[in-house]
Order: sequence, then structure tokens, then C-alpha cells
Amino acid sequence: MALNNEIIQSQLEAKFAEQVTSFSTDSGILSFESPASLNLKVIQFLYDELGFTFLTDLCGVNYPENEGGELVVVYHLHNFVENIRCRYSVAVPVQQPDVFTATKIFEAANWMERETYDFFGINFVGHPNLKRILNVDEMDYFPMRKEFPLEDQTRIDKDDEMFGRG
Amino acid sequence: MEAQHNITLPEGSIEKTTTTLNFGPTHPATHGVFQNIMEIDGERVVSTEQTVGFIHRAFEKLAERRNLYQITPITDRLNYCSSPINNMGWHIACERFLKVETPKRVDYLRIIIMELARISDHLICNSIVGVDTGAYTGFLYVMQYRELIYEIYEEVCGSRLTTNIGRIGGFERNFTNTAFTKLEKFLNEYPKVLKEFESLFTRNRIFMERTQGTGGISAERAMNYGFTGPNLRAAGVDYDVRVANPYSSYQDLDFTVPVGTTGDNYDRFLVRNAEMWQSISIIRQAYEKVQSFKGADAEIFHADVPEYYLPKKEDVYNNMEALIWHFKIIMGEVNLPKGQIYSPVEGGNGELGFYLISDGGRTPFRLHFRRPCFIYYQAYPELITGGMLSDAVVTMSSLNLIAGELDA
Repeated sequence: MALNNEIIQSQLEAKFAEQVTSFSTDSGILSFESPASLNLKVIQFLYDELGFTFLTDLCGVNYPENEGGELVVVYHLHNFVENIRCRYSVAVPVQQPDVFTATKIFEAANWMERETYDFFGINFVGHPNLKRILNVDEMDYFPMRKEFPLEDQTRIDKDDEMFGRG
Repeated sequence: MEAQHNITLPEGSIEKTTTTLNFGPTHPATHGVFQNIMEIDGERVVSTEQTVGFIHRAFEKLAERRNLYQITPITDRLNYCSSPINNMGWHIACERFLKVETPKRVDYLRIIIMELARISDHLICNSIVGVDTGAYTGFLYVMQYRELIYEIYEEVCGSRLTTNIGRIGGFERNFTNTAFTKLEKFLNEYPKVLKEFESLFTRNRIFMERTQGTGGISAERAMNYGFTGPNLRAAGVDYDVRVANPYSSYQDLDFTVPVGTTGDNYDRFLVRNAEMWQSISIIRQAYEKVQSFKGADAEIFHADVPEYYLPKKEDVYNNMEALIWHFKIIMGEVNLPKGQIYSPVEGGNGELGFYLISDGGRTPFRLHFRRPCFIYYQAYPELITGGMLSDAVVTMSSLNLIAGELDA
């Protein structure tokens, strides 16, 4: 049985009913969401039953306007046998950004979760070594959050002739 | 004379059976800024802790304030041994996102450049494995031929290492005849060199003893660790993005995906060598296809997308519409469509993915690079624990770790 997006969707709906929502297809990849507390159950189901045995990518996104779900973790999973990908995301509030770690299922998640913690401050519960990875240990903020905009390129208060802004 | 004071050692240091060794971050054997704090028992590695991030440059954050075309130079600096693949990968991601169709000739020209980049990437990796096992000759020998590849880049885009080659929709200019002459020269000379390079190593007793059975990994573990590219194929999984998710008309060409069995340093070396032969054959086929275009078709080097492709300079001075597009592109006043895309290409080290989220603004809302190095370097402790320290050095170079890609 060749696997396709409709089958994945119907299998997920049969297993998790209303819990897995927001199905959509962006450029061929099926995306869906679930509450953060379910993330391991969904990933394990995808791994065991639907053959998504490869974690391609894990990253964070910050939507400051999305009340109660400001921080999002996006998983890209890949089924090598059927050659099909899917995108799964969970949203957590910025006040308590707790997501269960996927390191027990995928070793690859270890550093990707550390990177996500490093840049977005998402707390991966149960992670074996959750500390900063690319930034310095002393850093006390999470730089990829939208509350830290890059420097406004049109600012004029800087007197910096050496760099052509004078 | 005063009595000599006894030296007081920290408690437990006499009983200690292992030594702590700080390996890197700037060490001639690490080929990049990597630090490993190793616990060694004699010459055996007991455990290691990696530190990365020494050249982190916040590319993902920078990309949130840049237009699509301004992000291309950032991608150069990921895997700088094969920058053209990163550039093309980024353009392909943009084109897929913006639904731009590229002409076939552009696809084939891109394939030529990408495969040249793959050769130069594998060439460095394999010859450095040679250097780390004590054979310097191969490295010096093949360097000359990487130079030929760089000359081709130079002829096409003007730069050599960080290339910024191509634009969204195609190339900045057509390939000159000199570029094709240089390509032919490379295709004529390189196979002989590669053959000789292989005869230096492949059946060399010392090289085999050093690399066989060291740094090995099983296919299951490799997949669990997120390996891709030559390192995964050396473990026996025939996953190649060029076949699984074809881009840039790779489906028109005929090539095989070499695989190994044990995933050790020797297999990684063999897989990379075999891939170079495949790349040569791919370049030949693509070049043949490029030559088959006649007349006006042979002059096409970009898609017709005025929103994203800069108009010719003469037109900007003489033509109102071209001037408007020029202005809009340079000032970044073209809004992106809403949506998200994950677009992978087969980089030198494996699946290089671009995950782009747009909220309809002028710059990406979020851009994430899936960097193969970063993901498979996690497995390094597992690969070297229990082995000799000198094998750890070879394992590190045969994984082809590129600090720029790892740290982004």
C-alpha cells in the first residue's frame, strides 16, 4: 500500500480523533498540529505505524501574536521506504515552554533540541543534556525570539564614520 | 636551607587511570574549529565531550532582515568547500516557493556547476583523510585540479571560494566560451588524476589498515542519528536527495548511487570516490544536453521572472519598466507570498534543507537551514569511543565536518 497524504491524515484522525488538527498541504508536504502534551505519542505513532523513521529536521519558530502558543516546535519527518515527508508542529506558551524531548526516539533530536533551546528557550523535558550549544553559556536571553529585532538599518543616531554610517 | 615543600596533588590524581586531553579548538588535526575534551586511557579514547559554536554567525537571525537575493551570500558561508551547491539549493528553494519554472538549459548548467562543487568537496575530504593517515602526496597532487574547478567558477561568476553564483531564476550571465573550454579541459584531465589518486590509496596496505574497521556505524544507528549524504550511504542506505526528490532536472540524467556496507572510514572514502566518478559522468551528460540547444535556445540563461531577476543594465537606463523592477528588487519592495516550504538538495555532506516561513512580508519570517554536519557530528563520540586517538583524527576528517556549516 503506497502511503500518501490522505492515508496519513485518516490514520492520524482514526488514532487521535480531535487531538490532531490543522491539516494542510504546503508544497506537497502534509502539515498538522497537536497539543504539546501529545507530541511523543504522535511521533511514536508516526514512527511505528507509518514508518517515519527519520527525523530530518527540528526547529523552533516564534509567533509573538499567537497568544498561548507563542513558541512552536516544528518536526520534519521522513519515511525513506515510501519516500514521503510530513511536518508536525506543537505550540507552547512563552511563559511555560515545556515540550517532551524526542531524544528517546531519535538520537538526532539531541543537538537539534539543544539548538532550539539555545535560540528560543523551549524547555525540552527529559532531555539528557539541555544546555546552550552555539551561543556562549553566559548568555541570559534567547536571541531568535522576535522581541530582539535586528538593528534598524535606517537609524541615524549612530555616529560611525568608519563604517560608512556617519 | 629551608626544607623543600612537598607538592600537594589534588585528591584522587594518583589513582586516576585516565588522562584528560583537550583536543582543539585550534589544532592542526581538527581541520576547523572543533573542540573535544577527551578522556583517554593510554591511547584509547574512553569518552569525549564536544564543544561547537566557535564560528556561529547568527545566519538565521540575519536572514530575517534580508530579501531573498541578499541571503545567497549567507549560504556561501555554510559549507564553503562546495558553496555553489548551497547557492543553487537556496535559489531552488526560492523558486519552488515562488513557483518559478526554470528553463531546461538553466537546469543543466546548474547541474554542471553543482557536480563540479561536489567533486571539489569530496576531493578535499578524501585527500585530507590521506593526510591524516600520513600520505601527503595525494593531497598536494589533487589541489591543482581543484584549482581548475575554481577557475571555472571564476569564469562564470567572478569569484572562487564564496561564490554567490547564480540568481533566482537562473544565472547572472551566460556561460562564456572560455568557461566551456575550461570545463572540457577539466573533463579531459581529471579522470586520469582521479584514477591515479585512487591507485595511491584504495589498495594501499597502510591506508587500509588505518581506515578499515575504524569509525564504523550501522545503518540503523546512522539513520537514528540523522546521517545523510555519503556518510549514510557508506553505512548501506541508498538515500540520495537527487533521486528521492529530484530537483533541477536530475531525473533526466542517468547515474547510480554508490553505497558501502560497514559505514567505516574506508567505506566513506570509497563512497566519496565512487561519487566523484558519477559526478564526472553527470557533468558529461549535462554538458552534452547543454550543447544540444541551438539558436535562440542556446542563449537562455535565466527564467523570465522580472519580479525577482534583475534586468539588464542597458535596459535599466533606457526602459521605464526595467528601471521600476530594478528599483523594486534592489530596495527589496517585492512582497513574498504567504506560506512555508521545506526544500532539500543533496549537498556535499548530505541533505541540505531550507525551511522557509513567510508571513507575506518582504523578508522571510523564519528561515532555518538543515545543516547535515551539525546533525551527524552528534554521533562522533559513539564512533570513536574505544578506538585509538589517532583513529579519532581520521574519523573526524572522513566525516567531512565543515565548521562553517556546523555552526551556521
